[in-house]
Amino acid sequence: MTEAKQETIINAINTHFNHAVIKHEMLYDMFTVTLRKDAVIPAIQWLYDNEELKFRFLTTMCALHYPDQKDELGMMYQLHGLENNLRIRIKTFFPKDLAVMPTLTGLYSAANWMERQEYDFFGVDFKGHPNLKRILNVDDMVIHPMRKEFPLEDQTRKDKNDTMFGR
Amino acid sequence: MSTLEKPNYTVANKPDGVEGTGYFVTSLDKAVGLARKNSLWPLPFATSCCGIEFMATMGAHYDLARFGSERLSFSPRQADLLMVMGTIAKKMGPVLKQIYEQMAEPKWVLCMGACASTGGIFDTYSVLQGIDRIIPVDVYIPGCPPRPEQVIEGILHIQELAHNEAIRRRDTPEYKAMLNEYGME
Repeated sequence: MTEAKQETIINAINTHFNHAVIKHEMLYDMFTVTLRKDAVIPAIQWLYDNEELKFRFLTTMCALHYPDQKDELGMMYQLHGLENNLRIRIKTFFPKDLAVMPTLTGLYSAANWMERQEYDFFGVDFKGHPNLKRILNVDDMVIHPMRKEFPLEDQTRKDKNDTMFGR
Repeated sequence: MSTLEKPNYTVANKPDGVEGTGYFVTSLDKAVGLARKNSLWPLPFATSCCGIEFMATMGAHYDLARFGSERLSFSPRQADLLMVMGTIAKKMGPVLKQIYEQMAEPKWVLCMGACASTGGIFDTYSVLQGIDRIIPVDVYIPGCPPRPEQVIEGILHIQELAHNEAIRRRDTPEYKAMLNEYGME
């Protein structure tokens, strides 16, 4: 994406959504903007509706967890404007006890399963999602396993002796 | 090979009995044991690379058919040997248990490879740490994945179990208690 276009997007989001851009950068060859949480969904809607950009394809989304950060949890969205081959990454962060995001299912149907996955693994609550339940893990699981506070290993094994394996 | 006490008779070598022109009499246990041993119908429950190794075992080079197991059953209701080969995710657990419950008695379970036996390298929240947590297992084959020779040896062990099993074993209180431990009847 050209610098001019990046500038346009940043200015437009700042004007329309009350200076919502916290940070912007080129991250691994992809234009990345970090937004205030309340502005994320309206900003994506704006990028979707914009006749020039037409970000109408949701490549992927993912929850993030940085335990050392003040706002530990986050969401990352990647959009693709297929007509002009434009790509953008949108990030937002929020504290762990406020792990609530508005749903994106109204805009992209693909968000349905992706949001279920992020709910499953990170416990992000998507308000307005039509069917927010676990998608990959067993239904009776009580943890959200990709959060850093939960150990990766199965906790029911009795045969692993730490003194033997040096862990 | 087997730690079990082997009977000194095989298909080729008949068991003890009374013999005359046109007839042969032996105990029902021995006759049934011989028949079961040499006509096991395996149900391959293959979920990953161990299944590929099992395909080699079924192929012409190793040829499991030599041991009377050429007829794989893809319905649990017609199988008497459940071969669990590969990683069993926790979500697959209830499926595996249901398949085991659908099999008619007598039934045996062969657990192939590190993943099915203990979870293997997948010591993680999503993988069942050994299928013996949900169903009883008769023979474990170690390896990651085991070679076809090992699979054949495992089958031979199962054959010994089938050969030696008393006809009424499945009616005993011990067997029922064991099933109850797994929440089955």
